[in-house]
Amino acid sequence: MSDPEPDGPADTGYDEWADSLAEGGYYIECANGHGNLPPRRVCPDCGSTDLSEEPLPDTGEVATFSEVHVAPSGFGEEPPYVTAVIDFGLVRVTGIVRELSADEIGIGTAVRPDVERNDATGKRLVVFRPA
Amino acid sequence: MTGVRVAGVGLTPFGEHAGRTGRDLFAEAALAALDDAGVAGDDVEHLNYGNFMGALAERQGHQAPLMAEAAGLRCAGTRYEEACASAGVAVREAVRAVRSGENDVMLAGGMERMTNLSTADVTESLAVAADELFEVRAGVTFPGAYALMARAYFDEYGGGREDLAHVAAKNHANAVNNEYAQYQREITVEQALDSPAVASPLHLFDACPITDGASALVLVSEEYAEEHDLDAPVAITGTGQGGDRAALQDRTDMARTPAAADAAAEAYGDAGVAGDEVDVAEVHDCFTIAEVMALEALDFFDPGEGIGAARRGDTTRDGDLPVNLSGGLKAKGHPVGATGGSQIAEMTRILRGDHPNSDAVPDATVGLTHNAGGTVASAVVHVLEVAE
Ligand SMILES: [Zn+2]
Repeated sequence: MSDPEPDGPADTGYDEWADSLAEGGYYIECANGHGNLPPRRVCPDCGSTDLSEEPLPDTGEVATFSEVHVAPSGFGEEPPYVTAVIDFGLVRVTGIVRELSADEIGIGTAVRPDVERNDATGKRLVVFRPA
Repeated sequence: MTGVRVAGVGLTPFGEHAGRTGRDLFAEAALAALDDAGVAGDDVEHLNYGNFMGALAERQGHQAPLMAEAAGLRCAGTRYEEACASAGVAVREAVRAVRSGENDVMLAGGMERMTNLSTADVTESLAVAADELFEVRAGVTFPGAYALMARAYFDEYGGGREDLAHVAAKNHANAVNNEYAQYQREITVEQALDSPAVASPLHLFDACPITDGASALVLVSEEYAEEHDLDAPVAITGTGQGGDRAALQDRTDMARTPAAADAAAEAYGDAGVAGDEVDVAEVHDCFTIAEVMALEALDFFDPGEGIGAARRGDTTRDGDLPVNLSGGLKAKGHPVGATGGSQIAEMTRILRGDHPNSDAVPDATVGLTHNAGGTVASAVVHVLEVAE
Protein backbone atom coordinates (compact mmCIF):
# COMPACT_ATOMS: atom_id res chain seq x y z
CA MET A 1 0.00 0.00 0.00
CA SER A 2 3.06 2.30 0.10
CA ASP A 3 4.19 4.37 -2.86
CA PRO A 4 7.84 4.98 -3.60
CA GLU A 5 8.70 8.50 -2.53
CA PRO A 6 12.43 8.81 -3.16
CA ASP A 7 12.20 12.60 -2.94
CA GLY A 8 9.53 12.73 -0.23
CA PRO A 9 9.94 14.80 2.90
CA ALA A 10 12.95 13.93 5.06
CA ASP A 11 12.47 12.31 8.44
CA THR A 12 14.65 14.66 10.40
CA GLY A 13 17.16 12.89 12.57
CA TYR A 14 16.31 9.43 11.26
CA ASP A 15 17.40 9.93 7.63
CA GLU A 16 20.75 11.45 8.65
CA TRP A 17 21.30 8.59 11.08
CA ALA A 18 20.43 5.88 8.54
CA ASP A 19 22.73 7.47 5.93
CA SER A 20 25.56 7.48 8.49
CA LEU A 21 25.40 3.69 8.80
CA ALA A 22 27.36 3.41 5.54
CA GLU A 23 30.26 5.01 7.43
CA GLY A 24 29.71 3.07 10.67
CA GLY A 25 26.83 5.04 12.19
CA TYR A 26 26.25 6.71 15.55
CA TYR A 27 23.92 6.65 18.52
CA ILE A 28 22.73 9.22 21.04
CA GLU A 29 24.18 9.08 24.55
CA CYS A 30 22.78 11.07 27.45
CA ALA A 31 24.75 12.61 30.33
CA ASN A 32 23.84 9.58 32.46
CA GLY A 33 25.19 7.05 29.98
CA HIS A 34 21.93 5.82 28.42
CA GLY A 35 22.11 4.94 24.74
CA ASN A 36 19.28 5.55 22.29
CA LEU A 37 18.74 6.06 18.58
CA PRO A 38 17.73 9.38 17.00
CA PRO A 39 15.66 11.47 16.68
CA ARG A 40 15.80 12.46 20.35
CA ARG A 41 15.16 15.63 22.28
CA VAL A 42 15.19 13.88 25.63
CA CYS A 43 16.49 10.59 27.02
CA PRO A 44 13.51 8.25 27.52
CA ASP A 45 15.39 6.44 30.29
CA CYS A 46 16.13 9.39 32.58
CA GLY A 47 14.76 12.61 31.08
CA SER A 48 18.16 14.16 30.46
CA THR A 49 18.29 16.67 27.61
CA ASP A 50 22.09 16.66 27.60
CA LEU A 51 22.57 14.42 24.55
CA SER A 52 25.58 13.79 22.33
CA GLU A 53 26.25 11.73 19.20
CA GLU A 54 28.71 8.89 19.73
CA PRO A 55 30.07 6.48 17.11
CA LEU A 56 28.56 2.98 17.01
CA PRO A 57 31.06 0.20 17.72
CA ASP A 58 32.44 -1.24 14.43
CA THR A 59 30.59 -4.51 14.94
CA GLY A 60 27.60 -5.75 16.86
CA GLU A 61 26.27 -9.19 17.76
CA VAL A 62 22.97 -10.80 16.79
CA ALA A 63 20.69 -10.62 19.86
CA THR A 64 17.74 -12.32 18.16
CA PHE A 65 16.63 -13.02 14.59
CA SER A 66 13.89 -14.49 12.44
CA GLU A 67 13.63 -15.78 8.91
CA VAL A 68 10.50 -14.07 7.56
CA HIS A 69 8.48 -16.13 5.06
CA VAL A 70 5.44 -13.84 4.73
CA ALA A 71 6.42 -10.29 3.81
CA PRO A 72 4.20 -7.21 3.76
CA SER A 73 2.90 -6.22 0.31
CA GLY A 74 4.85 -3.50 -1.40
CA PHE A 75 7.83 -3.83 0.90
CA GLY A 76 10.05 -5.04 -1.91
CA GLU A 77 12.04 -7.62 -0.03
CA GLU A 78 11.60 -11.12 -1.47
CA PRO A 79 10.89 -13.67 1.26
CA PRO A 80 12.48 -15.43 2.90
CA TYR A 81 14.64 -12.71 4.38
CA VAL A 82 16.30 -12.52 7.78
CA THR A 83 15.35 -9.78 10.23
CA ALA A 84 17.61 -9.37 13.24
CA VAL A 85 18.11 -7.20 16.29
CA ILE A 86 21.80 -6.43 16.69
CA ASP A 87 23.37 -5.56 20.03
CA PHE A 88 25.94 -2.74 19.90
CA GLY A 89 26.39 -2.39 23.65
CA LEU A 90 24.48 0.73 24.71
CA VAL A 91 21.98 0.39 21.85
CA ARG A 92 20.40 -2.32 19.72
CA VAL A 93 19.45 -1.84 16.06
CA THR A 94 16.97 -3.79 13.90
CA GLY A 95 17.54 -4.53 10.23
CA ILE A 96 17.84 -7.11 7.47
CA VAL A 97 20.88 -9.38 7.30
CA ARG A 98 22.67 -9.64 3.95
CA GLU A 99 25.13 -12.27 2.68
CA LEU A 100 24.27 -14.81 5.41
CA SER A 101 21.42 -17.31 5.30
CA ALA A 102 19.31 -18.10 8.36
CA ASP A 103 21.33 -21.32 8.81
CA GLU A 104 24.54 -19.32 8.98
CA ILE A 105 23.29 -16.96 11.69
CA GLY A 106 23.13 -17.60 15.40
CA ILE A 107 22.77 -15.52 18.49
CA GLY A 108 26.14 -13.84 18.90
CA THR A 109 27.05 -13.73 15.18
CA ALA A 110 29.10 -10.58 14.52
CA VAL A 111 27.90 -8.12 11.86
CA ARG A 112 28.46 -4.53 10.79
CA PRO A 113 25.75 -2.01 9.87
CA ASP A 114 25.10 -0.60 6.41
CA VAL A 115 22.29 1.20 4.61
CA GLU A 116 20.55 0.56 1.30
CA ARG A 117 17.64 2.14 -0.52
CA ASN A 118 14.45 0.08 -0.56
CA ASP A 119 13.48 0.28 -4.24
CA ALA A 120 9.84 -0.51 -3.55
CA THR A 121 9.25 2.17 -0.93
CA GLY A 122 12.01 4.65 -1.68
CA LYS A 123 12.90 4.62 2.02
CA ARG A 124 16.23 3.89 3.62
CA LEU A 125 16.72 0.27 4.65
CA VAL A 126 18.99 -0.71 7.54
CA VAL A 127 21.00 -3.81 6.68
CA PHE A 128 23.81 -5.78 8.32
CA ARG A 129 26.70 -7.56 6.65
CA PRO A 130 29.15 -10.13 8.01
CA ALA A 131 31.79 -8.39 10.12
CA MET B 1 -16.32 5.08 44.44
CA THR B 2 -19.07 2.87 43.04
CA GLY B 3 -18.59 -0.71 41.98
CA VAL B 4 -18.96 -1.68 38.32
CA ARG B 5 -21.11 -4.56 37.14
CA VAL B 6 -21.11 -6.29 33.78
CA ALA B 7 -24.83 -6.15 33.08
CA GLY B 8 -24.72 -7.75 29.66
CA VAL B 9 -22.39 -9.06 26.99
CA GLY B 10 -22.72 -9.46 23.24
CA LEU B 11 -20.54 -10.98 20.54
CA THR B 12 -20.79 -11.72 16.87
CA PRO B 13 -19.49 -15.09 15.82
CA PHE B 14 -15.79 -14.57 15.08
CA GLY B 15 -14.65 -15.52 11.59
CA GLU B 16 -15.13 -14.39 8.03
CA HIS B 17 -17.85 -11.84 7.46
CA ALA B 18 -16.39 -10.41 4.28
CA GLY B 19 -19.78 -9.38 2.93
CA ARG B 20 -20.82 -7.44 6.04
CA THR B 21 -19.98 -3.89 7.05
CA GLY B 22 -18.30 -3.02 10.32
CA ARG B 23 -21.36 -1.09 11.43
CA ASP B 24 -23.53 -4.16 10.92
CA LEU B 25 -21.14 -6.31 12.95
CA PHE B 26 -20.97 -3.87 15.83
CA ALA B 27 -24.72 -3.34 15.84
CA GLU B 28 -25.24 -7.09 16.21
CA ALA B 29 -22.92 -7.28 19.23
CA ALA B 30 -24.29 -4.10 20.83
CA LEU B 31 -27.93 -5.16 20.51
CA ALA B 32 -27.08 -8.58 21.91
CA ALA B 33 -25.36 -6.96 24.91
CA LEU B 34 -28.30 -4.62 25.60
CA ASP B 35 -30.70 -7.55 25.32
CA ASP B 36 -28.55 -9.68 27.63
CA ALA B 37 -28.44 -6.80 30.13
CA GLY B 38 -32.12 -5.95 29.92
CA VAL B 39 -31.09 -2.30 29.56
CA ALA B 40 -32.70 0.13 27.11
CA GLY B 41 -30.41 1.77 24.59
CA ASP B 42 -31.76 5.15 25.72
CA ASP B 43 -30.16 4.62 29.13
CA VAL B 44 -26.65 4.33 27.63
CA GLU B 45 -24.80 7.55 28.36
CA HIS B 46 -21.64 7.04 26.28
CA LEU B 47 -20.11 4.56 23.85
CA ASN B 48 -16.47 3.57 24.37
CA TYR B 49 -15.46 1.90 21.14
CA GLY B 50 -12.24 0.14 20.15
CA ASN B 51 -10.96 -0.16 16.59
CA PHE B 52 -7.44 -0.36 15.18
CA MET B 53 -7.26 -0.53 11.40
CA GLY B 54 -10.62 0.69 10.14
CA ALA B 55 -9.06 3.55 8.23
CA LEU B 56 -6.96 1.02 6.29
CA ALA B 57 -9.40 -1.89 6.04
CA GLU B 58 -12.70 -0.09 5.50
CA ARG B 59 -11.46 3.41 4.62
CA GLN B 60 -13.51 4.51 7.59
CA GLY B 61 -12.14 6.74 10.30
CA HIS B 62 -14.26 8.60 12.86
CA GLN B 63 -16.06 5.39 13.70
CA ALA B 64 -17.44 6.07 17.18
CA PRO B 65 -20.45 8.22 16.23
CA LEU B 66 -21.14 5.90 13.31
CA MET B 67 -21.19 2.90 15.62
CA ALA B 68 -23.38 4.65 18.20
CA GLU B 69 -25.84 5.33 15.39
CA ALA B 70 -25.67 1.72 14.17
CA ALA B 71 -26.37 0.47 17.68
CA GLY B 72 -29.37 2.79 17.99
CA LEU B 73 -27.74 4.87 20.71
CA ARG B 74 -28.52 8.58 20.95
CA CYS B 75 -25.37 9.42 22.85
CA ALA B 76 -21.83 10.47 22.07
CA GLY B 77 -19.06 7.98 21.50
CA THR B 78 -15.28 7.92 21.63
CA ARG B 79 -12.97 5.63 19.72
CA TYR B 80 -10.02 4.14 21.58
CA GLU B 81 -6.99 2.95 19.64
CA GLU B 82 -4.19 1.03 21.30
CA ALA B 83 -3.49 -1.52 18.55
CA CYS B 84 -4.69 -5.00 19.63
CA ALA B 85 -5.54 -3.59 23.08
CA SER B 86 -8.04 -1.07 21.68
CA ALA B 87 -11.15 -2.64 23.22
CA GLY B 88 -9.27 -3.31 26.45
CA VAL B 89 -8.63 0.41 26.93
CA ALA B 90 -12.17 1.24 25.80
CA VAL B 91 -13.50 -0.99 28.61
CA ARG B 92 -10.98 0.32 31.12
CA GLU B 93 -12.01 3.92 30.47
CA ALA B 94 -15.68 2.93 30.76
CA VAL B 95 -14.93 1.34 34.14
CA ARG B 96 -13.24 4.56 35.23
CA ALA B 97 -16.18 6.65 34.03
CA VAL B 98 -18.66 4.58 36.04
CA ARG B 99 -16.45 4.51 39.12
CA SER B 100 -16.04 8.25 39.08
CA GLY B 101 -19.80 8.68 39.29
CA GLU B 102 -19.83 10.49 35.95
CA ASN B 103 -21.85 7.76 34.17
CA ASP B 104 -24.17 4.97 35.32
CA VAL B 105 -24.50 3.09 32.03
CA MET B 106 -21.77 2.66 29.42
CA LEU B 107 -21.55 0.55 26.30
CA ALA B 108 -17.98 -0.59 25.66
CA GLY B 109 -16.49 -2.90 23.08
CA GLY B 110 -14.99 -2.88 19.63
CA MET B 111 -15.02 -4.11 16.06
CA GLU B 112 -12.53 -5.07 13.41
CA ARG B 113 -12.89 -6.09 9.78
CA MET B 114 -9.81 -7.82 8.40
CA THR B 115 -10.72 -10.59 5.94
CA ASN B 116 -11.63 -8.12 3.20
CA LEU B 117 -7.88 -7.42 2.89
CA SER B 118 -5.31 -9.76 1.33
CA THR B 119 -3.01 -11.56 3.76
CA ALA B 120 -0.13 -9.34 2.68
CA ASP B 121 -2.20 -6.18 3.25
CA VAL B 122 -3.31 -7.43 6.69
CA THR B 123 0.33 -8.15 7.50
CA GLU B 124 1.25 -4.62 6.52
CA SER B 125 -1.71 -3.06 8.35
CA LEU B 126 -0.86 -4.92 11.56
CA ALA B 127 2.78 -3.92 11.23
CA VAL B 128 1.64 -0.32 11.66
CA ALA B 129 1.43 -1.12 15.39
CA ALA B 130 5.23 -1.48 15.45
CA ASP B 131 7.77 1.37 15.42
CA GLU B 132 7.57 2.79 11.88
CA LEU B 133 11.12 4.12 11.68
CA PHE B 134 13.06 1.38 13.41
CA GLU B 135 10.97 -1.75 12.85
CA VAL B 136 8.47 -1.45 9.98
CA ARG B 137 11.05 0.00 7.58
CA ALA B 138 13.42 -2.79 8.59
CA GLY B 139 10.95 -5.44 7.45
CA VAL B 140 9.63 -6.45 10.87
CA THR B 141 6.13 -7.89 10.45
CA PHE B 142 3.76 -8.65 13.33
CA PRO B 143 4.61 -12.39 13.26
CA GLY B 144 8.25 -11.41 12.71
CA ALA B 145 8.29 -9.31 15.88
CA TYR B 146 6.86 -12.14 18.00
CA ALA B 147 9.35 -14.47 16.33
CA LEU B 148 12.17 -12.21 17.53
CA MET B 149 10.71 -12.44 21.04
CA ALA B 150 10.29 -16.22 20.81
CA ARG B 151 13.92 -16.70 19.75
CA ALA B 152 15.05 -14.41 22.58
CA TYR B 153 12.90 -16.41 25.03
CA PHE B 154 14.27 -19.78 23.90
CA ASP B 155 17.80 -18.41 24.16
CA GLU B 156 17.26 -17.07 27.67
CA TYR B 157 15.05 -19.75 29.25
CA GLY B 158 15.03 -22.78 26.96
CA GLY B 159 11.97 -24.49 25.56
CA GLY B 160 11.13 -24.82 21.92
CA ARG B 161 8.56 -25.21 19.18
CA GLU B 162 7.02 -28.35 20.68
CA ASP B 163 6.12 -26.47 23.88
CA LEU B 164 4.44 -23.80 21.77
CA ALA B 165 2.56 -26.44 19.78
CA HIS B 166 0.98 -27.61 23.04
CA VAL B 167 -0.35 -24.07 23.61
CA ALA B 168 -1.96 -24.12 20.16
CA ALA B 169 -3.47 -27.58 20.66
CA LYS B 170 -4.87 -26.62 24.08
CA ASN B 171 -6.57 -23.48 22.81
CA HIS B 172 -8.06 -25.27 19.79
CA ALA B 173 -9.44 -27.96 22.10
CA ASN B 174 -11.12 -25.26 24.21
CA ALA B 175 -12.74 -23.67 21.15
CA VAL B 176 -14.58 -26.81 20.04
CA ASN B 177 -17.69 -26.02 22.13
CA ASN B 178 -17.60 -22.24 21.73
CA GLU B 179 -20.25 -21.18 19.23
CA TYR B 180 -18.50 -17.82 18.73
CA ALA B 181 -15.11 -19.33 17.84
CA GLN B 182 -13.66 -19.15 14.33
CA TYR B 183 -12.08 -22.61 14.53
CA GLN B 184 -14.28 -25.04 16.44
CA ARG B 185 -11.94 -27.93 15.79
CA GLU B 186 -9.06 -29.67 17.49
CA ILE B 187 -5.54 -29.76 16.14
CA THR B 188 -2.72 -32.06 17.18
CA VAL B 189 0.71 -31.05 18.38
CA GLU B 190 2.11 -32.75 15.27
CA GLN B 191 -0.12 -30.69 12.95
CA ALA B 192 1.09 -27.51 14.64
CA LEU B 193 4.72 -28.56 14.31
CA ASP B 194 4.25 -29.52 10.66
CA SER B 195 2.48 -26.31 9.60
CA PRO B 196 4.43 -23.97 7.28
CA ALA B 197 6.94 -21.47 8.65
CA VAL B 198 5.72 -17.86 8.82
CA ALA B 199 8.64 -16.25 10.63
CA SER B 200 11.03 -18.73 12.18
CA PRO B 201 10.75 -20.10 14.85
CA LEU B 202 6.99 -19.42 14.52
CA HIS B 203 4.83 -21.43 12.13
CA LEU B 204 1.30 -20.94 10.84
CA PHE B 205 -0.33 -22.75 13.77
CA ASP B 206 1.51 -20.57 16.27
CA ALA B 207 -0.47 -17.61 14.93
CA CYS B 208 -4.02 -16.43 15.44
CA PRO B 209 -6.13 -16.23 12.28
CA ILE B 210 -7.32 -13.16 10.39
CA THR B 211 -10.78 -12.47 11.77
CA ASP B 212 -13.83 -10.23 11.50
CA GLY B 213 -15.99 -9.65 14.55
CA ALA B 214 -17.35 -7.38 17.22
CA SER B 215 -17.77 -7.36 20.99
CA ALA B 216 -19.91 -5.26 23.32
CA LEU B 217 -20.45 -4.96 27.07
CA VAL B 218 -23.03 -3.04 29.06
CA LEU B 219 -21.29 -1.73 32.18
CA VAL B 220 -23.39 -0.21 34.95
CA SER B 221 -22.93 1.19 38.44
CA GLU B 222 -23.98 -1.03 41.34
CA GLU B 223 -26.63 1.56 42.18
CA TYR B 224 -28.12 1.37 38.69
CA ALA B 225 -28.09 -2.44 38.79
CA GLU B 226 -29.90 -2.40 42.12
CA GLU B 227 -32.47 0.25 41.12
CA HIS B 228 -33.33 -1.62 37.94
CA ASP B 229 -33.21 -5.04 39.53
CA LEU B 230 -30.64 -6.28 36.99
CA ASP B 231 -29.27 -9.79 37.09
CA ALA B 232 -25.60 -8.77 37.00
CA PRO B 233 -23.59 -11.05 39.27
CA VAL B 234 -20.16 -10.30 37.81
CA ALA B 235 -18.20 -7.20 38.83
CA ILE B 236 -15.06 -5.68 37.33
CA THR B 237 -13.06 -5.14 40.51
CA GLY B 238 -9.64 -4.36 39.12
CA THR B 239 -8.25 -2.53 36.13
CA GLY B 240 -4.67 -1.75 35.17
CA GLN B 241 -2.68 -0.54 32.18
CA GLY B 242 1.02 -0.64 31.41
CA GLY B 243 3.26 0.81 28.73
CA ASP B 244 6.69 0.08 27.32
CA ARG B 245 9.13 1.26 24.68
CA ALA B 246 7.53 0.82 21.23
CA ALA B 247 10.44 -0.98 19.54
CA LEU B 248 11.68 -4.35 20.76
CA GLN B 249 15.26 -3.20 20.27
CA ASP B 250 14.78 -0.56 22.98
CA ARG B 251 13.63 -2.96 25.68
CA THR B 252 15.96 -4.26 28.35
CA ASP B 253 14.79 -7.83 27.87
CA MET B 254 13.07 -9.02 24.69
CA ALA B 255 11.80 -12.18 26.41
CA ARG B 256 9.72 -10.32 29.00
CA THR B 257 6.66 -8.06 28.84
CA PRO B 258 6.90 -5.53 31.67
CA ALA B 259 3.89 -3.56 30.36
CA ALA B 260 1.72 -6.58 31.20
CA ALA B 261 3.43 -7.02 34.57
CA ASP B 262 2.75 -3.36 35.41
CA ALA B 263 -0.87 -3.63 34.24
CA ALA B 264 -1.34 -6.78 36.34
CA ALA B 265 0.23 -5.24 39.45
CA GLU B 266 -2.12 -2.28 39.14
CA ALA B 267 -5.20 -4.45 38.53
CA TYR B 268 -4.32 -6.85 41.38
CA GLY B 269 -3.79 -3.93 43.76
CA ASP B 270 -7.03 -2.33 42.60
CA ALA B 271 -9.04 -5.52 43.19
CA GLY B 272 -7.15 -6.54 46.31
CA VAL B 273 -6.37 -9.99 44.95
CA ALA B 274 -3.11 -11.82 44.21
CA GLY B 275 -2.15 -13.82 41.14
CA ASP B 276 -2.53 -17.11 43.01
CA GLU B 277 -6.17 -16.28 43.79
CA VAL B 278 -7.11 -16.21 40.11
CA ASP B 279 -9.20 -19.25 39.15
CA VAL B 280 -9.32 -18.81 35.39
CA ALA B 281 -7.76 -16.45 32.82
CA GLU B 282 -8.18 -15.23 29.26
CA VAL B 283 -4.79 -14.04 27.99
CA HIS B 284 -3.67 -12.41 24.76
CA ASP B 285 -2.30 -15.30 22.67
CA CYS B 286 -2.01 -13.62 19.27
CA PHE B 287 0.98 -15.97 18.97
CA THR B 288 1.62 -18.99 21.15
CA ILE B 289 4.74 -17.36 22.63
CA ALA B 290 2.58 -14.40 23.69
CA GLU B 291 0.55 -16.67 25.98
CA VAL B 292 3.77 -17.96 27.54
CA MET B 293 5.10 -14.48 28.26
CA ALA B 294 1.69 -13.38 29.56
CA LEU B 295 1.55 -16.25 32.09
CA GLU B 296 4.86 -15.06 33.53
CA ALA B 297 4.04 -11.34 33.49
CA LEU B 298 0.72 -12.01 35.24
CA ASP B 299 2.56 -13.70 38.11
CA PHE B 300 1.07 -17.15 37.42
CA PHE B 301 4.47 -18.71 36.65
CA ASP B 302 8.10 -17.83 37.33
CA PRO B 303 10.26 -16.69 34.42
CA GLY B 304 11.11 -19.72 32.29
CA GLU B 305 8.23 -21.81 33.71
CA GLY B 306 5.44 -20.47 31.49
CA ILE B 307 6.78 -22.22 28.39
CA GLY B 308 5.92 -25.66 29.78
CA ALA B 309 2.54 -24.79 31.30
CA ALA B 310 0.32 -26.14 28.53
CA ARG B 311 2.53 -29.18 27.97
CA ARG B 312 2.43 -30.07 31.68
CA GLY B 313 -1.35 -29.60 31.72
CA ASP B 314 -1.29 -26.71 34.21
CA THR B 315 -3.31 -24.46 31.91
CA THR B 316 -5.50 -27.00 30.15
CA ARG B 317 -9.20 -27.14 31.02
CA ASP B 318 -8.59 -29.76 33.71
CA GLY B 319 -5.47 -28.05 35.07
CA ASP B 320 -5.05 -25.85 38.15
CA LEU B 321 -5.40 -22.66 36.12
CA PRO B 322 -7.39 -23.07 32.89
CA VAL B 323 -6.23 -20.43 30.41
CA ASN B 324 -8.19 -19.37 27.33
CA LEU B 325 -11.24 -21.57 27.82
CA SER B 326 -12.81 -19.52 25.00
CA GLY B 327 -10.21 -20.88 22.59
CA GLY B 328 -8.13 -17.74 22.92
CA LEU B 329 -7.16 -15.51 20.05
CA LYS B 330 -5.50 -18.58 18.55
CA ALA B 331 -8.69 -20.53 17.88
CA LYS B 332 -11.50 -18.15 18.73
CA GLY B 333 -10.01 -15.52 16.41
CA HIS B 334 -8.55 -12.04 16.78
CA PRO B 335 -10.59 -9.20 15.27
CA VAL B 336 -7.97 -6.81 16.63
CA GLY B 337 -10.07 -3.91 17.89
CA ALA B 338 -12.77 -6.20 19.33
CA THR B 339 -10.56 -8.65 21.21
CA GLY B 340 -10.24 -6.98 24.63
CA GLY B 341 -14.02 -6.68 24.92
CA SER B 342 -14.58 -10.25 23.80
CA GLN B 343 -12.20 -11.55 26.48
CA ILE B 344 -14.29 -9.83 29.17
CA ALA B 345 -17.51 -11.06 27.56
CA GLU B 346 -16.20 -14.64 27.61
CA MET B 347 -14.92 -14.33 31.19
CA THR B 348 -18.28 -12.94 32.31
CA ARG B 349 -20.05 -15.93 30.76
CA ILE B 350 -17.52 -18.33 32.32
CA LEU B 351 -18.07 -16.84 35.80
CA ARG B 352 -21.86 -16.62 35.37
CA GLY B 353 -21.90 -20.28 34.48
CA ASP B 354 -23.50 -19.90 31.06
CA HIS B 355 -20.37 -20.44 28.94
CA PRO B 356 -20.12 -23.84 27.23
CA ASN B 357 -16.84 -24.36 29.13
CA SER B 358 -18.06 -23.10 32.52
CA ASP B 359 -18.17 -26.71 33.69
CA ALA B 360 -14.34 -26.73 33.65
CA VAL B 361 -14.32 -24.21 36.53
CA PRO B 362 -17.66 -24.63 38.35
CA ASP B 363 -16.41 -22.97 41.55
CA ALA B 364 -14.52 -20.09 39.92
CA THR B 365 -15.04 -16.70 41.55
CA VAL B 366 -12.01 -14.73 40.29
CA GLY B 367 -11.18 -14.33 36.61
CA LEU B 368 -8.51 -12.30 34.83
CA THR B 369 -8.29 -10.91 31.30
CA HIS B 370 -5.06 -9.71 29.64
CA ASN B 371 -5.18 -7.72 26.41
CA ALA B 372 -1.92 -6.63 24.78
CA GLY B 373 -1.16 -4.02 22.11
CA GLY B 374 1.42 -4.76 19.40
CA THR B 375 4.41 -6.52 20.91
CA VAL B 376 3.11 -5.49 24.35
CA ALA B 377 4.14 -1.86 24.18
CA SER B 378 0.77 -1.54 25.87
CA ALA B 379 -1.25 -3.93 28.01
CA VAL B 380 -4.57 -3.81 29.82
CA VAL B 381 -5.50 -6.24 32.61
CA HIS B 382 -8.89 -6.63 34.26
CA VAL B 383 -9.93 -8.63 37.31
CA LEU B 384 -13.52 -9.91 37.32
CA GLU B 385 -15.18 -11.34 40.41
CA VAL B 386 -18.47 -12.98 41.19
CA ALA B 387 -20.07 -10.40 43.47
CA GLU B 388 -23.24 -12.22 44.40
ZN1 LIG C 1 19.42 8.95 30.17
